[in-house]
This record gives sequence, structure tokens and C-alpha cells, in this order.
Amino acid sequence: MSLFLRLLFRNKLAGLGAVVLGVIVLLALLTPILPLHPPNATNTASRFLRPLSEGHLLGTDHLGRDLLSRLLWGTRLSLAVGFAAALVAGLVGAAIGVMAGYFGGRTDNVTMRGVDMLMAFPYILLALAIVAVLGPGLLNALIAVAVVNIPFFARNIRGVTVGIAHREFIDAAKLAGMGHTRILLTEVVPNIVPVVVIAMSTTIGWMILETAGLSFLGLGSQPPQADLGSMLGEARSALITAPHTSIVPGVMILLIVMSVNLLGDGIRDALDPRLRSGALARPMATTRVERAQTPAPKGEGLLSIDELETQFHVGPRVYKAVNKVSLELRPGECLGLIGESGSGKSVTALSVMGLVASPPGVITGGAVRLEGQDLIGAPYEVLRSLRGRKVAYIFQDPLATLHPLYRIGDQLTEAIRVHEPVSHAEAHRRAVRLLEDVRIPNAAARINAFPHELSGGMRQRVGIAMALANDPDIIIADEPTTALDVTVQAQILALLDDLRRSRSLAILFIMHDFGVVGQLCDRVAVMYGGRIVEAGPTAEVLAAPAHPYTKRLISCVPELGGGRRVLAAIPGLPPAVDRLPDGCAFAPRCDKAQPDCRRGEIELEGRARKVRCLYPEGAS
Amino acid sequence: MTLALKTMDLAKTFDIGQRLIGPPRAQVHAVHPVSLEVRQGETLGIVGESGCGKSTLARMLVGLTPPTSGSIEIEGRALDRADPAAFGRLIQYVFQDPVSSLNPRKTIRQILEVPLRLLHGLRGAALDARIEELFDAVNLRPEFLDRYPHEFSGGQAQRIGIARALAASPRILILDEPVSALDVSVQAQVLNLLADLKAEFNLTYLFISHDLAVVEAVSDRIAVLYFGSVVETGPAEKVFAAPRHPYTKLLADSAPVVGRPLGGAQSGELPDPLNPPPGCAFAGRCPRASDLCRAEVPLLRAIEGDQFAACHHPREC
Ligand SMILES: Nc1ncnc2c1ncn2[C@@H]1O[C@H](COP(=O)(O)OP(=O)(O)OP(=O)(O)O)[C@@H](O)[C@H]1O
Ligand code: SF4
Ligand code: SF4
Ligand SMILES: [Mg+2]
Repeated sequence: MSLFLRLLFRNKLAGLGAVVLGVIVLLALLTPILPLHPPNATNTASRFLRPLSEGHLLGTDHLGRDLLSRLLWGTRLSLAVGFAAALVAGLVGAAIGVMAGYFGGRTDNVTMRGVDMLMAFPYILLALAIVAVLGPGLLNALIAVAVVNIPFFARNIRGVTVGIAHREFIDAAKLAGMGHTRILLTEVVPNIVPVVVIAMSTTIGWMILETAGLSFLGLGSQPPQADLGSMLGEARSALITAPHTSIVPGVMILLIVMSVNLLGDGIRDALDPRLRSGALARPMATTRVERAQTPAPKGEGLLSIDELETQFHVGPRVYKAVNKVSLELRPGECLGLIGESGSGKSVTALSVMGLVASPPGVITGGAVRLEGQDLIGAPYEVLRSLRGRKVAYIFQDPLATLHPLYRIGDQLTEAIRVHEPVSHAEAHRRAVRLLEDVRIPNAAARINAFPHELSGGMRQRVGIAMALANDPDIIIADEPTTALDVTVQAQILALLDDLRRSRSLAILFIMHDFGVVGQLCDRVAVMYGGRIVEAGPTAEVLAAPAHPYTKRLISCVPELGGGRRVLAAIPGLPPAVDRLPDGCAFAPRCDKAQPDCRRGEIELEGRARKVRCLYPEGAS
Repeated sequence: MTLALKTMDLAKTFDIGQRLIGPPRAQVHAVHPVSLEVRQGETLGIVGESGCGKSTLARMLVGLTPPTSGSIEIEGRALDRADPAAFGRLIQYVFQDPVSSLNPRKTIRQILEVPLRLLHGLRGAALDARIEELFDAVNLRPEFLDRYPHEFSGGQAQRIGIARALAASPRILILDEPVSALDVSVQAQVLNLLADLKAEFNLTYLFISHDLAVVEAVSDRIAVLYFGSVVETGPAEKVFAAPRHPYTKLLADSAPVVGRPLGGAQSGELPDPLNPPPGCAFAGRCPRASDLCRAEVPLLRAIEGDQFAACHHPREC
């Protein structure tokens, strides 16, 4: 709650809205005890008094009634009706939405068709029709406004409920013996309350306005009772001669609606977790660089990563995702980069082409040299011309690189023509050939398919074809087969292996365990807690792992053909990179740890075989 | 040996494109009639590729999805009403995504209380004692009880999910990819915990996974699913070492094994579920396919000992 208030008031406009609305609500609440003229007492002798006249601070209207008094009483009524309408619409709409979303099937179909029909009518026409049937009056106006807003709530809440109803904790609740009512009340409703509050707070302003509109037309509050709409309506005929009678209620409506909407937006931003971490801040085109010095070039290689440091700055926290990582990729070589989730392997890969989102990502040190040219801090144009042409990426989820609404052929030809000014026909021909290269059967026909029409394996092939479109020298493949089945994984790996040999591609292949790396890669590097802990030729590392983490990682992952057995688990959890311990990050989980493992820097030692450990395996 | 679980021709057909009135636009046979037997205290591994019907089968076994036909027997008693609460005391489910299986707005204590209260009527001190006992069984510290799910790592959340399943004191646990969402170094911890719990509480497991090596490491027997049908069953040590069904062979060859050249790179995909082929569903990818295969659906039959396969031309071993 205090977090909520802090978030809310961080937003200055929302704070302003809260203050203005607070004052208005307070005045409305205090109206009965304020020393005011009776709101309906007419006095034709003093009609249309200007504001600031004796005894009438805001003047009087066409019947000589005190405007200040009518304004406050009217505000009180309008607010009450607006809130009531929002509450009714919110509760009824949410109830409909929850039922439809939770039960699904026929219930859903029938109710939502009904709601769609309500929505098909123009808004105000529907409200007018309802009042016409029920007869004019404030209560009927309230009902009309509530009814026209129900579909909005019902649709919104239904969508959210469908998402929740398919979450596994609902299934778990059923298995724990809960009935539908109990599940709805204790599992579903608490999760949609924030959404209902958000929807109400962002629409209540409009509902106040709509009620005022009906009253303005004479369909809401009936004379002599004042609400803001009817005050405006009555002042209409004197608009020119006594403008203040219109301006006074008009300004109040403006203030209410604006403050409610500002506050409502603030509440939405504070409650909606997607907006919480400033995720809506526009990301920069390339990763932000704050580099003190550039390490001198040493390695040759096609791509050499030198002492790369990439961090995430979130509030006061600094996540050292990549901590002085050095890697080297030679032409035609396949380098495996192994690490668990959070070890920094993907961030290393994304840093190469400045693809880490900023904020919060910052590259704070090191260099990435492609054929000698430093890419860190290179202008966006330079990086863009290299992306795809020199270095291409393949991601775990091919849908991340494929646009769902365009045919794969169009996306491929587009990718080709970005870097090369070839004709459409030529690009199309090449696209078909690329699809054939990645073994998509019947490529000429499939080129017209949309991404969602393809299976996961086919989509990943298209992802690879996209990566190959501009004949890059390097492919960075970030867990390209994790989302795929074993048989498809084997196909994709064989394909990558073929392509690498036939096109002499260099591949940086990122995985979370040794399984396929052992089959595909020439060399491997193992990451833990943002650092390389071991590197060397794959066969040697596998045969005699030197770092205790490598050794235990290999033995805790079962391999087919090993039979039934107890696995050698690693106790504990991977470290959080915002509070790395001193010394070796693996020390809390290492059974060889000594007191000096927990002190100072431990260097990555060795040349072809590198290891970052004081007591490596095999060296006694 | 008594049977813990038996299914007889259990099948599920989903309607696609439900209309307001009238029949649906199409039907998908997610699970073809499946007859399985799981012995008391056994771990039956179920493997297959995504979309082959593993989860649908598992959800029918716990009553979350009503079967279209067939029946389920638990310890000799028929259970055919799809009522999760009736199933709950006998058979429980551990979900793949540990975080999504815990309600973000409840504390761990509130989550664990539900099955104890509703299924076993525990209250007061007995309830608290049982909760601590369960928490201890999954190696978590009692001070975690009053925290919310988002404060836990995947491995810890999965332990909580296991504790909740155990709270119902079931006889059988269905484990649907229980370690797939976990970090590799944490997977083994959870697998070993499951093995300990099984011995301690005398449980029967159905272990579903797409990871052949994990299934082989934990199972007594394995059933291979392809396109909604069981195509092979047998003892864990034989199914992948000496596969009889060509699909099992393809699976075994595709699994990554260090030092083995990249293999199993055979093209072909699952058939279209809306338009299934006649005969054997694997015929389009099978090197042994004959005309008989394309005409007639092979039935599961004993090949040798307790190894069964649904194939007209099973491999010799
Ligand atoms: N509610 C549903 N409506 C329609 N079709 C469904 C539904 N649930 C599952 N299916 C279909 O049933 C088939 C089997 O799905 P199921 O989820 O059981 O597969 P799975 O083996 O568990 O896959 P995964 O490994 O991806 O979890 C698939 O073709 C799927 O699309
Ligand atoms: S440095 Fe020490 S704690 Fe770290 S891995 Fe080596 S032996 Fe273990
Ligand atoms: S039945 Fe025929 S097509 Fe099917 S798996 Fe056996 S040999 Fe292959
Ligand atoms: Mg599944």
C-alpha cells in the first residue's frame, strides 16, 4: 500500500489531480453544514447578479438563486451519481466478465454476444433510449449511464479472467478440493481487483460527464434540483447576457473530469506492473556506453570480445550481468558458451551488436572488435549496417524475429533488400533458395505462409534463413533449439553444422548445458555469475573439467543410456549478480572451497585451457 | 503386485471452433484410446514430443479434463466422474511452471492450507503441525511459510508445488515436466527430492517429460506417446537401448549424447491433427513403412517379454 502511494505520488500530475479532487470532494461532503443560501430559494428581484456581488459570491442565476450554493449542492449530486454509476457498471460488468471468462464455452459465447450487441449501438443513443423507456429522472439517468458502460467492463474483465482461468494455480485449486464459487472468490477475484480499480478510475470521469450530459438535455435531474448538467442546461438561454451562469458549472465539470482522469491515470500506472519499472521509457537504438578506457587490441580473430562489462542499473541496484568477459571467435569456428539462466550468456551475445535494452542496460567497459573495428560505442548507422550483413542472430523464440502479420517470403525479401539493392524478382528467387537451403520442403509454396501457419521447427528454420539472408560471417545462436522437440532439435543442429561447413560461418552457440554443445562446438566457455570460469577445446573440457562448477554441471545432467540412477545434484542456487560475494562466486556451493576462495579476485589462468579456480580439479 | 492406476481406452477429442448452436467446426483427437497399467510404487515415464497428448492424458487422470470415453481405476476402484475434488485425495498433479501454479496473492501457508482443510478437514494446531511437516519434507525452512510466491526461485517454487500436492496425501503423483522450467543445476536437486519422497511416502509416480535422459534416469517403465497414441511401452532400461518402434528409435537417436555425431536428422513432422492420415500416424516419417502401414492402424502388442509396440514391422534387437 505504501509502495502504491509512493508510486502514485511520484507522478506529479496524479498528485495534482488528487489534491484538486480531494478539495472538491471535501467541499461536497461539507456542503450541508456550510453557511450557504438554500439552493432552491428563488428571488426574482436579484436575477443574474454578477459574481462577487454582495451576499452572492458567485452571483445568481435566472431565478435569482445563489450560484455558489447551487454549485456545491450540484457538485455533490453529480459526484454521487457519477461514482454510483461507475460502481454499478464496474461491479455488474466485472461479474459478467468473470463469469464469462471463467466458465468459458457456451456461457461465454452467449453473454459476450449480448455484450457485443450492446456495444454495437452508438453510446449516447443507447443512453437516450434507456431514459426514453424508463422516463426522465436522476435515478434513471444513473441506470442508463451504468448500462452503457457495462460492456466496457465486461469485455475488459473477461479478457483478464480468461488469462487467469488458464493459469495452473486454478487447476491446483480444483485438485485441492475447491468448488467453483470458492475458486471464483478466493483465487480469481483477488487477481482481478486491480484491473477493476484501474478500469473504474479511468472511466469515472467520463461517467460524470455523461450524467451531466443527460441532465443537460433535461433527462437527468429534474427542476428545481441542481446538478452540474442541469445548471448548464438552464444557463444555456442566457449564455450571451449572463455568461457566468454557464461558466461556473462548466469550470467545475472541467476541474472534476480533469482531476479524476489525472488521478485515474496515476492509479493505473501505479497498479499496472508492466508500467512499474519504467518499461515504457523509450529504449535507445543501441545500448548506452559509459566506458572509462578501452583495452588495447590483443587477440586477432574474426570477433574478439575483450574484458566486456555490461551492467543493468535499476534504481540503486547494479546487476553485473557480464563481468570482464573475453572471448575470441575465429573464422569458421563454432564456440559454445554455456551457462545457467542469469549467468550472463545472452547479455554477452546481445552486447556484441549493442542490442541490450537501455535503460537499464549499460556497457561499462571492454571492447568488442569485429575484424579489428571496435563496435562498442559505434554509431547506430554503423551497427545497423553490420547487423545481419556481418553478424546475425538466431533466438530461442523465432517469433521474436518474425513479424506475425507478414508472409515469411516478404520478410525474407525485405531482409535481403535492406543491405543489397537487388530487384524484387531477384530477391524473391534468393528467398526461395534460402528456404531450400534450410531444408523447408516445398519452399516455393511455403514462402507465402504466415509465421503462425508453420510448426515450431519450421519457424526456427525460417529464423535461420533470415539470419543467412545477407551471408553473414558470424551467427550468434542463443539457445536456438531449447523450445523444440528432440527430433526437431537434431534436425536444426545438423543443419547448422552443415551450413557452417559449406559457408564457413563462425558460430557463437549459447546453451544452458553441455548436451548438444559437445556434439557441435570446437571450443567451449563456461559462464557462472557473469564471468567465464573455464574455457578450452570441447573434448578436453568434457574429458577433464578443471573448474569444480564445470565438473558438477556435467555430472548433474543425465545423458541417455546412463540407466536409472541418483543424480549428483549441486546444492544451493546460482548467485544473484547484484550482490556477488567476494572472491569465487561458486564458493557457497563448492565442496572444495577454502577460506582464501572467498577473498579478492581470482584470475582466469591459462592459455588454450583457461580456468578461474584456486584449487582446480586434477591439480593436487 | 497391486495396480495403482489403470486406464481402459481413455480417449479425448476436442471440439474446435465451437458455434453458438449446432456441431463444432472440427474435432481433434488429442488422445486416442489409451490403456495403461501402473503398478503400486512404480514410476512410469511418459515421453513424447510437444502436442502428442501428454498433458491431456495427465489432466484426464486427475479429473481436470473430462475424458470423451473410457474409464480410470485407482487401486481397483473405478473413478469416472470428472470431479477434481474426488480425485484429489488419491491422485495429485505437479505442474510444469512452478510460478504460474501458485496464486501470486496468497502466502505459501494459505496455499498449503487449502487441501488440508478441504480434503482432510484439518483445523488449528493439527493443521499447523502438518504444514510444517510437509515443508520439512521438501527441505524448505518454516520461515518461508508467510511469504508470497514471487519471493521464491523456480526450484523453491517447485518444492512448494510438490508440498501442496503431498498435502492431499495422495497415492499417486502426476509429474508433468516438473523440472523443465528449472535451471539445470537445480533440476537434479528436485529429481532427487522426488525420489526420496517417493520412498518415504510410498508413492506411485507418472513422470511426464520430453527429456529422454531424465525420464530414463528416474523411471521403472516408459511409455512413448506419438500423435495421441501409446506406440511403445517397456522397461526403462530397454526402451531406448533396444527400441522396437521406429519412432522410439528416432527419439533415441536424436537425443544429444556427447561424442556421438549429430544424428537423427531426418526430416518430417507430426501429421496435421485436423486431418489425420489413415493407418499408422508415423508412416510419413518411417523408413520401414509399407502399404499395410498406410492402410491399417497398428495396435499395441507384446513384442518380447514386457516390451510392447504398436507397429506392423517392429525392429529386431
Ligand atoms: N483445450 C484444447 N482445445 C483444443 N485442442 C487442444 C486443447 N488442449 C490440447 N489440445 C490439442 O491436443 C493435442 C495434445 O496436447 P497436449 O497439451 O496434451 O500435448 P503435450 O504432449 O502435453 O505437449 P507439450 O510437450 O507441448 O506440453 C495438441 O494437438 C493440442 O493442440
Ligand atoms: S576457487 Fe575455491 S570455491 Fe571457487 S571453485 Fe575453486 S575451489 Fe571452489
Ligand atoms: S506401423 Fe509401419 S509405418 Fe508405422 S511405425 Fe511401424 S513400420 Fe513404421
Ligand atoms: Mg504439456
